[in-house]
Amino acid sequence: MVEKLRFRDPDLAKRVAEKIHKIAPKEGTVKICHVCGTHEWTITHYGIRSLLPENIEVIAGPGCPVCIVPASEIDETVQLALKGVAITCFGDVLRVPGSKMSPLDAKAEGADVRVVYSVADAVKMAEKEPEKDFAFFAVGFETTAPSTAVEIINKPPENLSFLVSHRVIPPAMKLLVEMKDLSLNGFIAPGHVSTIIGLKPYELFPKHYKMPVVVAGFEPIDVLFGVYMILKQLSENKPQLENEYVRAVHWEGNTRAQEIMQKVFGTVDGNWRGLGTIPFSKLELNEDFTSYDAHLKHDVKVEKGVDIQKGCRCHLIVIGKIRPTECPLFMKACTPHKPVGACMVSTEGTCRIWAKTQTC
Amino acid sequence: MIMMCLAIPAKIISVKEDEAQVDFGKGVLREVNVTLVSPQVGDYVLVHAGYAIQVLSEKEALETIRLWNEILEAEAKIQQK
Repeated sequence: MVEKLRFRDPDLAKRVAEKIHKIAPKEGTVKICHVCGTHEWTITHYGIRSLLPENIEVIAGPGCPVCIVPASEIDETVQLALKGVAITCFGDVLRVPGSKMSPLDAKAEGADVRVVYSVADAVKMAEKEPEKDFAFFAVGFETTAPSTAVEIINKPPENLSFLVSHRVIPPAMKLLVEMKDLSLNGFIAPGHVSTIIGLKPYELFPKHYKMPVVVAGFEPIDVLFGVYMILKQLSENKPQLENEYVRAVHWEGNTRAQEIMQKVFGTVDGNWRGLGTIPFSKLELNEDFTSYDAHLKHDVKVEKGVDIQKGCRCHLIVIGKIRPTECPLFMKACTPHKPVGACMVSTEGTCRIWAKTQTC
Repeated sequence: MIMMCLAIPAKIISVKEDEAQVDFGKGVLREVNVTLVSPQVGDYVLVHAGYAIQVLSEKEALETIRLWNEILEAEAKIQQK
């Protein structure tokens, strides 16, 4: 299929960029926010910003699910690991700093911390070693949460429990819109999250906040068209919800995934690193599944952690208020090799993406 | 290393209950869980962390390209006039 398509055609990209220049307002700044680490990767890797007029800013919101996990939840994972529970997690999470230690630091202390490709692998590991207690550190937005829900609904072995850190995106977008000093003019909504949740959860943005929303895919031309569609809405003064990523995102989303998630999880208020508490933004196991809750099973609960280390500007990076290069630690005290803040750890963190692109 | 929100397209080679073998291209084969979708052999799916999360539509992918060109050409025609 790929051969027939021209999602990276430079000529097409040039033509879209020309259209963007034509439609962009000549005065004032337009601030477009995306909320997905993969969008930031596409934008940075393909130099999309250099194709845009100077007054069109594309900023990265809290789109890296690893970056926004609060230190308290890393601390809980570290505590469990040091207690002798084998931790399974995605590779991205391994070096995310807690208040004092990352899961990798716990591993260096001798704890059993294992990287898995998928939650299914975590289940298989627990089945293979029934005498050992396992806890899966479930991090991720709506793209990842359904896979955790599938495994929980299928009743995994009793020696496996879950530290559920899943977050949902629309409440964070609402927070950003309501931050008056951020003055956003439009959203590029996350493509893969939207394959699951569909378009309906974004309806409130054009309706109540007059904020254009375009769901976009991850090829460079997808993103350019996303920017163009937002600018067109702004020029006509008709904010609406549009879908550029029709090949993967449908209005209703993945209803089977939504049903399974609803059976397994409920939403509660949750702390996001750098953003504070966002109402109804965290997933928690429903009553029927609390036997799989690692907090209850192993009696671990950390209320408050140190989210932002001294000098770190991650709290401003995750809302796009400053660029990584404006942080005094960027590529000095904080590097991909030795990250200080969470945004430098994950391959979806804004600082990490900028660091890698700078050195390429 | 897995990127949390990254999903990669793959072609379904075979399906057995909730498991499918997929081809990520260039012969990279892997078992993925297809509980969340109902793919047929030959379909393309988006795979995230070992789970297929959506079936990709070739028709709609081609439609996207057609629409892109339509938008661009519409502008070109206006200019010519």
